[in-house]
Amino acid sequence: MNVDANSAAAPVTEPRQPARAWHSHAAELWQRFARNRAALAGLVVLVTIVIVALVGPALFAQGPFELAGPPFAQPFGQFPLGTDMLGRNELVGIVYGARTSLMIGLVATLFATLLGVLLGGVAGYYGGVVDEMLMRLTEMFQTIPSFLFAILVVAILSPSIGSVILAISVVSWPPMARLVRGEFRALRNREFVEACISMGMSDARVIVRHILPNCVSSIIVTGSLLVATAILTESALSFLGLSDPNVMSWGFMVGAARDFLQRAWWLCAIPGVAILVTVLAINLVGDGLNDALNPRLRRL
Amino acid sequence: MSDAILDIRNLTVELPPWADRPQAVSDTSLTLARDEILCVVGESGSGKSVMARAVMGLLPEHLRASGGAILLEGEDLLRATPSRLREVRGSRVSMIFQEPMTALNPVKTIGAQIDEMLELHTKLSRRERTERIVAMLKSVRLSDAQRLLGAYPHQLSGGQRQRAMIAMALILEPAVVIADEPTTALDVTTQSGILALFRDIQRARHIGVLFITHDFGVVAEIADRVAVMQHGRLVESGTAEQILNAPKHAYTQSLIAAVPSLAPRERRMKKDARVVLSVAGLEKTYHAGGAFGRSGRTVRAVKSVDLSIRHGETLGLVGESGSGKSTLARCIVRLVDAERGSVVVGDDVDLMTLSRGALRAHRRHIQMVFQDPYGSLDPRCTVGRLIAEGPIVHGVSESEAVSRAHALLELVGLERRAADRFPHEFSGGQRQRIGIARALALEPSILVADEPVSALDVSVQAQVLRLLADIRDRLDLTMLFITHDLRVAAQVCDTIAVMHDGEIVEYGPTSRIYAEPRHAYTQSLLAAVPGRHWAPPFTPALV
Repeated sequence: MNVDANSAAAPVTEPRQPARAWHSHAAELWQRFARNRAALAGLVVLVTIVIVALVGPALFAQGPFELAGPPFAQPFGQFPLGTDMLGRNELVGIVYGARTSLMIGLVATLFATLLGVLLGGVAGYYGGVVDEMLMRLTEMFQTIPSFLFAILVVAILSPSIGSVILAISVVSWPPMARLVRGEFRALRNREFVEACISMGMSDARVIVRHILPNCVSSIIVTGSLLVATAILTESALSFLGLSDPNVMSWGFMVGAARDFLQRAWWLCAIPGVAILVTVLAINLVGDGLNDALNPRLRRL
Repeated sequence: MSDAILDIRNLTVELPPWADRPQAVSDTSLTLARDEILCVVGESGSGKSVMARAVMGLLPEHLRASGGAILLEGEDLLRATPSRLREVRGSRVSMIFQEPMTALNPVKTIGAQIDEMLELHTKLSRRERTERIVAMLKSVRLSDAQRLLGAYPHQLSGGQRQRAMIAMALILEPAVVIADEPTTALDVTTQSGILALFRDIQRARHIGVLFITHDFGVVAEIADRVAVMQHGRLVESGTAEQILNAPKHAYTQSLIAAVPSLAPRERRMKKDARVVLSVAGLEKTYHAGGAFGRSGRTVRAVKSVDLSIRHGETLGLVGESGSGKSTLARCIVRLVDAERGSVVVGDDVDLMTLSRGALRAHRRHIQMVFQDPYGSLDPRCTVGRLIAEGPIVHGVSESEAVSRAHALLELVGLERRAADRFPHEFSGGQRQRIGIARALALEPSILVADEPVSALDVSVQAQVLRLLADIRDRLDLTMLFITHDLRVAAQVCDTIAVMHDGEIVEYGPTSRIYAEPRHAYTQSLLAAVPGRHWAPPFTPALV
């Protein structure tokens, strides 16, 4: 084609908006996020928990299962949060537990998201029979009570970090798959996707480079809330004793202390509050992300 | 004016601080007489709808009328109490909206919805109310009024719904009816019936009608007087005769000059050009609602269509919504797989027989320009990448593709630096230019344009049409141009295929079809073009 640079195309008389660069786009996102005070508070708490989980264990000489002093020491004495029925330092347990909870929550959510995006994306993009089959499969998983299913998976595979992560992933991918399928179905019929196809792009390229970036914000929001659910599920499993016996976790601490509830209620309360605060913080951050990434849903 | 029934004086409506201008309507004065149709004309964003809503006291949440007065029979509606406004709405002034499907409550019958108006505002008995509703439905020329009382909105056609809307607006015999683009969502043949109804009802009942539209054809059809708005201000007003044939203000002149003429534009065609696209026996049927082996509803969207386009020719595919023209276009570029038929591009390649993989390489010969300037560009890609990606996929080097994208941006009248920006930073017309540049990036021989200017304001529409015509001539392109607008088709197309119910009912040179349409459907289409008797006083700016 012979494209002449200075050829007389029609003059443009429409108003033009000023250019905006990417960094200002990020700044705008941050502004919208920060407008939600609760989300900001949640973020501060969450960042604190993450820092504790990362650097905390290095601050203590002994491990979470080592005996540190007399059993049932009251909080705010020699030990900031007291000791449990075997004389283990409660604070060390909480710090190591943060690491476990966050790690399992993140990894399980990552797997669930990958699986959900893959199955939901394929179902939504191709539609028809593929969609029917994948969605029936998804529904099959959704009809099984998810916590019982998770218990079953861990019980069969014998409790370990790996089996807990697998169990949580297996029960939490279906909502993600349904969400992604819906988004893909809506985007599949948009004209810009038709334009991509009519330009001769392969399906993989259309999906990865054009459809997926347009639903990333929904995936992030849903994923962040999945992390909270995963942490709760992990706590519940370890409360029942269905987790790795060599890894300290909040649910395990609550479970182990429940026999001594009347004598030392704080041994249950402290890890319980840790779970509550973490899950709440993640939920608040998730809401804030929703406000920031999907502004059209909230305005007007 | 002494007989003014609605008198809008120095109305100012403030926009929220984040809007692109401080006021939606600035210091605008208008009067509507007791017995006339006043058309308020303007492009999108001119403030015409906001003004209408201010009269009804239905301004959107963030908008506030900050100055002026709206006098209805001498009473200032801006200062009326909410309960007084409720009394006035419907009984003294009523409104008809653009989209009757969303303006009617989908879970209540037509009869119940009209009845509610009477129940609230009158003391008539149930029987008297029903009699009045039936009489009203008859007067808006809805046959079988008795049955329609029990019908739900989704059971009616678009035209019937709008008639029901009009019946509802008139049932309390208001003195003023405000109609906000009441025919924009309708097909052209339906529109002409509704416009005639407006005219007749206004004449019979001597009411004042404030008719908001963007379409000068509609204005020519029904207006007694015209007011032209731009950026929230009234730029010109006068009788329909004055405004349509001797506009004084430069903006009105430019708007009218942008209205495409219905007279086909002659273009010299090479007589013996070779055929570059031939479609034969194309059929597409949609199945809906079938599950578990049961057969659902089937819609034959395209029924055995044949057509061929010669090199350099522009074929217009004309028809109303649901005629199958967009489906046909999507079958031709194989975005939709047809059941039967062939689509031969160039000499020998039948797109229908190619596998998905083989098709990919051939797609570049036939490219598409889409209707929706907002939905057809990936919002997450920069404009440069959008245009360059096609060539990159087909093996052109990155640097070469980018420089080609820059050249194309200039070709379509945008600056090179547009390449680094995102689609949302551009206006509708600019986005459509980007869409054209993207389609051209693969150096296609055939361009399929699916309603490329339908979503644009008339002045922008003229620019984009001029650009398309210019590019087609300079790059020697062949074009399949899909439109519902016979004015646009007259200006762009060499030959025309009229589609109706999935079939091509008439096919021939544009000049012949406009001068002597043979098929009854073509005749009715041409007879329905609003303002067909009005010839714009300026020669259209198209090449």
